[in-house]
Amino acid sequence: MIGHGTTGMLGEDGIHVDMNHLKSGEVKNLDVSERRLFGLLSHSQQPLTSTSMAINFKDGVILGADSRTTTGAYIANRVTDKLTQVHDTIWCCRSGSAADTQAVADIVSYHLNMYGVTNNESPTTQVAASLFQELCYENKNQLSAGIIIAGYDPRHGGQVYSIPLGGSLHKQSFAIGGSGSTYIYGYTDAHWRENMTEQEGIDFVRSALQEAIKWDGSSGGVIRLVVLTKRGAVRHLYLPDNGYTGPGATN
Amino acid sequence: MPGFDFSNYNRNAALHARGVPLPKATSTGTTIVGCIYDNGVVIAADTRATSGPIVADKNCEKLHYISPKIWCAGAGTAADTEFTTALISSNVELHSLSTGRDPRVITCMTMLKQHLFRYQGHIGAYLVVAGADPTGVSLFTVHAHGSTDKLPYVTMGSGSLAAMSVFETMWRPNLDREGAVALCSEAIKAGIFNDLGSGSNVDVCVISKDKPTELLRNYMRPNERGHKERNYRFPKGTTAWLNQKIISKEDMKNYVTIENLSGSDELATGEKMEVDS
Repeated sequence: MIGHGTTGMLGEDGIHVDMNHLKSGEVKNLDVSERRLFGLLSHSQQPLTSTSMAINFKDGVILGADSRTTTGAYIANRVTDKLTQVHDTIWCCRSGSAADTQAVADIVSYHLNMYGVTNNESPTTQVAASLFQELCYENKNQLSAGIIIAGYDPRHGGQVYSIPLGGSLHKQSFAIGGSGSTYIYGYTDAHWRENMTEQEGIDFVRSALQEAIKWDGSSGGVIRLVVLTKRGAVRHLYLPDNGYTGPGATN
Repeated sequence: MPGFDFSNYNRNAALHARGVPLPKATSTGTTIVGCIYDNGVVIAADTRATSGPIVADKNCEKLHYISPKIWCAGAGTAADTEFTTALISSNVELHSLSTGRDPRVITCMTMLKQHLFRYQGHIGAYLVVAGADPTGVSLFTVHAHGSTDKLPYVTMGSGSLAAMSVFETMWRPNLDREGAVALCSEAIKAGIFNDLGSGSNVDVCVISKDKPTELLRNYMRPNERGHKERNYRFPKGTTAWLNQKIISKEDMKNYVTIENLSGSDELATGEKMEVDS
């Protein structure tokens, strides 16, 4: 019998469990849905979430996400809130396994709360992002989590960080993630401008997510936004049937 | 060391590769639902338990007690839902005793999700958690991998699609108690009639802010066995017989040894249980 703490792998029998198989996901930066396609994830029937993004604008940051959570072909939740608060003005967009990202966000939320109480000072966005990275990198073989962290602190203003599958950390002017993001790389690149106003930023995120929802089957439902500035966090909600004028419009 | 032992995993994988079929996990096809109303929350479940294609229990209980005003409906592996809810119920009571406060639904939900996440989906418990506490009324779903959702109406189990179609067509905001009970039982009935994994009766649990919790066991019995129109028992002597032979005890001794026990007391002593008096 193999004792505890041993990662048993068979040699002679020709059966070998390649524990490094997930690294292919890291190198190629595969999305969760693609990893499921290649059979890299063992649990195909667990809830997954899809498109999300965050951007910098003149006065802070805006986070946005669709609201669809799927288990296989079934929509487990059509009004999911993927924009999760981990501190007063530090939020994150969760994409990938719902269970994994919720667990990670809960742990980070706990640490940031402790940080705020013990230091009598709010943590910076970078501190939050580093905590996320620590968890995502050290547990990369167990997790399928793509997380975007966005926050506002008075010292650095608005900041956006992205942590893709392998657990690397990237500071960006804007970030997109999840299965629907592949459809809007071109759109966001073509329409991105530095130092947008709040309204311009909201319109940018909304229209990009609308595009992702239109093309990606795993994305859908409502669009949720959070605007983070020195005034705090403000939520926005956009319903799917608002403002559609294309073919088949009923009103 | 507590927890699961995975040391046989590789052996099983090797056996499976050589053509040995893996054993099937016992799981319940189930319909469970929950719905918030203006002054409380209702959860409901069907009462069929299955093992493979066999109906193992026609009237089982899928509504589990956590605390007086927090209840769970369970789908997935029957043993896992039973033991997980019992464990959390115990911990919730200890927590309530140590804090001196009524337990909260979100506390229970967090304990469940952290327990299930630790076991990475190997504990096959899919739960609807509902209850009333000092912060108000709450309703959650918890999946086996540890993800949770908070919604005004929820369904789970193999009958969740049928039940959700009822909610999506009939649900409206600000339901009253009767409306919520009717809607939940209608959703369970959709599961009972349209899902092979669900069946038999409807159990309902009503948790309200200001009244004691009501467990309505077998609130509906839409599958009552009707009595048969005719009696199919044959009268004595229906079978014709051609001859008869009576074998006495003496004749039997040719084939087996027969020992007569004297008193019945001696026989009984061996089966008596020792009890402190």
